[in-house]
This record gives sequence, structure tokens and C-alpha cells, in this order.
Amino acid sequence: MSNNDKMTDPEKERRKIKSVKKMKDIMTNYYIEAKTADQTGKKVAWITSGGPVEPLIAMDVIPVYPENHGAMIGASKMGVDLCEKAEEMGYPRDLCSYARSDISCVTVDGGPIGGLPKPDMLVCCNNICGTVLKWYEVQARYLDVPLFILDTPVSHTDFTEEAHRYVKRQFEEYVAFLEEHCGKKMDMDHLEEVGKVSMEGQNLWQAVLDTTMNKPSPMSAFDAFFHLALIVTLRGTTTAVEYYKELLEEMKQRIAEGISAVPDEKVRLLWDNLPVWYRTKWLSETFAGHGACLVADTYTSAWCGSLKYLDPDNFFDSMVQGYSRIYLNIGVDAMAEEVVKMVDKYSADGLVMHSNRSCKPYSLGQYDILEIVKKRCDIPTLVIEADMVDSRSFAESQIETRIGAFMEMINANR
Amino acid sequence: MDKFREFYDVISDPAGYAREWRDKNGKPVIGTFCSYAPEEVILASGALGYRLFGSGADIAKADAHIQSYACSLVRGAMEDSLNGALEFLDGTVFPHTCDSIQRLSDIWRMNNRTGFHLDLVMPVKLDTDSSRDYMADIIRRFKVELAEKTGAAITEEDLRGAIDTCNQIRNTMQRLYSLRIENPGVIKGEDMHSLVKAGMMMDRYRFLELVKEIADDLEKVTAAETKPGKRIVLSGGLCNMPDVYGIIEKSGAYVVTDDLCTGSRFFEGNIAEDGDLLEAIARRYSNRNVCPAKHSGIRTRGENLVRIARESRADGVLYIFLKFCDPHGFDYPYLKEMLEENGIPCLLYEMEEQLLSGGQFETRCQAFMEML
Repeated sequence: MSNNDKMTDPEKERRKIKSVKKMKDIMTNYYIEAKTADQTGKKVAWITSGGPVEPLIAMDVIPVYPENHGAMIGASKMGVDLCEKAEEMGYPRDLCSYARSDISCVTVDGGPIGGLPKPDMLVCCNNICGTVLKWYEVQARYLDVPLFILDTPVSHTDFTEEAHRYVKRQFEEYVAFLEEHCGKKMDMDHLEEVGKVSMEGQNLWQAVLDTTMNKPSPMSAFDAFFHLALIVTLRGTTTAVEYYKELLEEMKQRIAEGISAVPDEKVRLLWDNLPVWYRTKWLSETFAGHGACLVADTYTSAWCGSLKYLDPDNFFDSMVQGYSRIYLNIGVDAMAEEVVKMVDKYSADGLVMHSNRSCKPYSLGQYDILEIVKKRCDIPTLVIEADMVDSRSFAESQIETRIGAFMEMINANR
Repeated sequence: MDKFREFYDVISDPAGYAREWRDKNGKPVIGTFCSYAPEEVILASGALGYRLFGSGADIAKADAHIQSYACSLVRGAMEDSLNGALEFLDGTVFPHTCDSIQRLSDIWRMNNRTGFHLDLVMPVKLDTDSSRDYMADIIRRFKVELAEKTGAAITEEDLRGAIDTCNQIRNTMQRLYSLRIENPGVIKGEDMHSLVKAGMMMDRYRFLELVKEIADDLEKVTAAETKPGKRIVLSGGLCNMPDVYGIIEKSGAYVVTDDLCTGSRFFEGNIAEDGDLLEAIARRYSNRNVCPAKHSGIRTRGENLVRIARESRADGVLYIFLKFCDPHGFDYPYLKEMLEENGIPCLLYEMEEQLLSGGQFETRCQAFMEML
């Protein structure tokens, strides 16, 4: 490397989010702790990203997230290789790429961190999709560990009393399951404390996301995709709370100093669906090249979207609605309402939807949402056909052309 | 056999049949999406339960609502709805199953052209007390909502009568299934297909009369009339019910039984006719062999498939499912493994299209039969 390459662009340096390093350290420590759990005597549970983690934290069980693992596999561009391995095992290519890559990873201990730490139990909440049910069944057979399923009926139009009773009973069964497999009683007071910490973390995360209402935005959705990791994996811990306090301060500081995520922000966009993990940098730069910042997204805000149902003074009972009525577990029309609200809240000039082959509950219905947004908000929309981990479904030049045409429409619309 | 004529008439123009039925009876026709739609409650309301399969029309309008990576049933049914082919329906019932049907329900409701819309948000987990209680709650709610939408009273007597009819249908179907296991040539595959399919769309009282006559007749046929052939169990998901039976028979094999929701799973499990009737109905839906979109233990489906294959003395299992069907796609590797551990060969076929266009499937079938 020549000396010239080492020289840093001071403007670029100023724009970098400083908390990134701390975040990486926290995640590294978290995985080291989880991977050495057998030495510390702690139990490890695999849990779905939308699952109730607070009872695990309260029982001192280390939660590990196969979906976070899927995202890492995607970001480190190891998705195709692992997905193909799963296909060789007989799993069709059309299945979720998180599931395919995680299923094959477990058999070869491959992937970016040499496989996830082996679990003592599996906790699967189907509030995000039915795919996790099938995925966790596969892992329960392969790993031969107990599986708890929290079945959260979808609210197509409403959350019925019957569903409420059913989920409430399952939370009690969940506690009994943990008590059985951890060999100790749940301290319900402690669980309430964990719940308060969890809510504090969610509120802080929402506050971080809200800083992007500022024009120009101090961070982008691409940054949010990264900083999201803690609200998923360490929700309910003070580590997450402390981190998001610092991140929030940094964002406020950036606003005060006029530092924006995209230099000379001209266009503000809203992103829908999971990230295209193996192309976040490319997408970020391509949009930034048009002076466009993706200021908000429906994905990262899903981890604080059900705060309105959570009660800090009765956390255990309020989890019933808090975990049942999340963004993906509602009707497409209710999701459209949320998107419309976000367009207004973040002053978006356009909507970009990732039609994600891996995620049917997120993607089927997008076309109807798009029509509603066009009608109600009168902004241009773009659909990118891709997949979150499997890059074989990503046609770069075609997408580049479509982004270009979309940006022209936005400029004409203003 | 002439007795099958009525079934062929129904399945060749199901919409025409349903329209005529509606005019003649002055009662509603209710579209349903899967074998979890409670037949008994619909029948008790006086309505005709009409299972939606997708007519196979070219996809044009549905493309604006549903991506290409949903299965042909979901896209095909949406196309039928949007192009007005289902306007004779008085309502549609969506039991909760897979992610695609979950979203189809929303999209259908938001672009409604088929009367009232009822979601049955059933439990996904079926093997716990709380899920069984919830299933009963859902069936009770469904009865109230259906009565409200159709204006029917749905009395105890109505329910008892409907359960009795459905039980008789199931018993008769089980007789037919047993006959076929013992003597696979006794009924032609395509005849059986027409019968099963019509049984999900036509007047259930008339259907019962016909299948009873057929079962009575066939019980008199002796085994000597059956030509030798490989014995095949059909498994997987053929939610849109294409006729694969003719092709399988042409390759020198018999379908001796199946593990399909458009087959044995629709007809198994009787309902107790005493006690709380709605609870009894709920128990049947909790206890029947599960759809892979539902959970009842991590190896239950595999154990069940092995048992079916053994009991029917099958030479092999043909596992067909619609492309983009996630629940079946996830289950196939372990089912295959369990079958092979038990010495039962298995062939997978993923159907791309709404209707089966011979060719490739025929070749695969023949190769599989030769291997057996």
C-alpha cells in the first residue's frame, strides 16, 4: 500500500459515525461470551428476532439469534455458498435464505464466525413468519434440543380476546419451559426489571431513529441496519441502553454540527423490507451519488413499533400484545398505514421497496401498499427485486438503471 | 363408470355448477381456501362450501398484486377473483395456514370482489391444551360470525345434522380408500381424482348419495380384476388439485393412497356427535394429520407418512409440491430421510405451473417406477 492510499479524506472522516467501533467491540464480546458459555455454565437459547427475549435475560440465559447470523452471512458475502449447500441437502432454492444458510452452517460449523454457539434450547415465536417455525423444527431435529413455540395469531383486522387468552397462557407455558430447562424458578420481579430496561432500550432506539427527521439527516437507514444489532440481540440489557444513549448523543452532536449522512442531501427516501445485506455499501453509494439519503425504513423501526402496547408497570402481561401486534403480524392495510405515517414523519420524497424473495410476509402485499402510498402521499415509488442474503437474485446493472430512472422521477416531482 | 359422470361435470365447470346450485337452492356459496375450513359449520348454515383451487387462467391482473414467487394456487386464485370469475361467491373463508395464504387473505380483502370475508386465525401449534382451547374458541367465533354474515340461525340441530353428514362422507371415503389399498385397480386414478375434487365443491348431500352407491358397488368387485403394478403413496401438497393420477397410472403404477390435504387428510377423523358439538368439531381439526404449515411435534409428519406407506404396502412415495410452497419445501429432506431409513424410496417433483403439462413429469415418473 502506498502512502497516498493511507491518507484519509478529512471530510469523509468527519462524516463517519464514531460509535461504530464500540458497537463492533460489544458484538465481539457478546459472541465470545456466547461461544464460551459451556465454560461459564450459562445456558444458550436460540431465539427468533421478534421473540420475547426478556424472560431469557431474566433467567440469565444467553440469547443467540440465527437471523442476526443470517445477516452476518449475507454481509460477509458467504450467502451463496451456504445456500447452495442447503440446496444440496434437499432444501429448495425458493426457501428463505436466512434459513437455508443457517441450516447448512450448523452442519459444517462454517460461516463468518465458525458457526453459532450450540444451544441448550430453541425459542421460536411466529410473529414474524411461518418460516421460522419450519426452520426451528429442522434445527430441533438436527440439534436434538427442546423447542418452545410461541404462537402469536396474526391480527388481520383485529387482535381478538380469544387470541389474547391463548397468548397469555403461552407466556405462562414459556416461563414453565424455561424453569424446567434451567432448573430454577423465574424471579418475576426481576423479569419486570428486565422489561423496564428493555423498554428503555427501545425508547432510546426510537429516539436515535427519530433524529433522522432532521434535514439533513445525521444518519441513514444503512447506518440503522448496522446499529440495529444491539436492540435485537441485547434487548433488555443495560449494555444496549448505555450504547444507545451514546449513539443518541452522537447523533444530536452531528445535527448541531451540521454533519449529514449524505453530503449535500437533496432527496429523502423511505426503505421498506430487510436490507440487501451483501450490497448495502453499493446501494448506499448509488443513492448517495444522486444526493439521496435513505432516512428511514420499516425494518429497523419494527423493534420499537409495539412500544405502545408495552407497560413498564406490568411488563409480563403487556408482552402478550407487545409481541403479538408487531409490524409484520398485522394486515397489509394496517402496514400501509404505518408506511404512510413514516412518509409524513420523515418527510420522504420517495419510497423504495425491496421485494425480497426470502420474505413472503414482508413482501407479498407490497404492491398494494405501494398503490396506497402513491395515492395518499403522491410520491414516486421504486421496487427492487432481490433477496436479503442470496446474491444470485440481484441484477446490479438493471437495478442501477431503475434507480436512475426513479431519481429522475423524483426530481421531476419536486 | 357412469356414476362418475356427475363428478366430471362438476369439476369441468365448477363455477357453472355453483351458480346453478345457488339459483336452485337460494342459499349462499362460500369459497374456502383449505382443508382447515370447518365444513360442518358451513354445511350447518345451509351454504355450499366451495373449495378454491384456481382455474388455471393466465396470470395478468394478479401480477399487479402478488409477486411471481408465490405459488400457483395463490396467484391463480387471485387472478380468478380479479377477473370476475368468482363473483357468484357470497363470501370467502380464509383459515390461517402458510405465509402466502396469510397475505393473500389481506390482499383479497383489500380488493374484494367475492362478498363477505372471514378470517379463521387458527392456532399454528396444535399439540398443547391451550392451543386446543383456542381452536375451540375459534370455531365458536366462526359459527357466530358465519351466522351473522349469512343470516342463518345455525342451531344445535343444524350442527348435529351437518356433523352426521360429514361423518358419513368421511366413513364412506375411508371405505373407498381401504378398497383401493386392497385392490388398487378397482377404481381408476382419474375417477378417484374427480370424486375427491367434486367432494370439496358439490352439494354434500348429493355427494354422499353418490359415494355410498359407488362404495357399495365397488365392494362387490373381486381382486382378480387388478393388473399388477407398483404401489405408490402420493404425498406433499397439491393444494390446487391437478390430475396427476392418470399420468402415474400410465407409467405402470397405482396410487394406493395419499397423504394430501386434497385427499385423505380432508376425509379423516370423525367427530363425536354428543357433548359440546363445536368443541367436538374443534377437536377433529386439532387432531387430524397436520398440514406442514402447522405444528404437532417435530417428527409427527414423518412418522405418519412412514406408517401410511407401510400400512398400504407401498413400493414408493411420490412427493409432489407446488413451487414456492415453503412448508412442504422445509419438510421434504427429513421426510425423505425417514422414508429411506425405512427402506421406502421417494421421488420429489416440484410443480411449476398451475396445471400439469405431462412431459417432464411423465418422464420422471417412468424413471422412478423402473427404479422401484
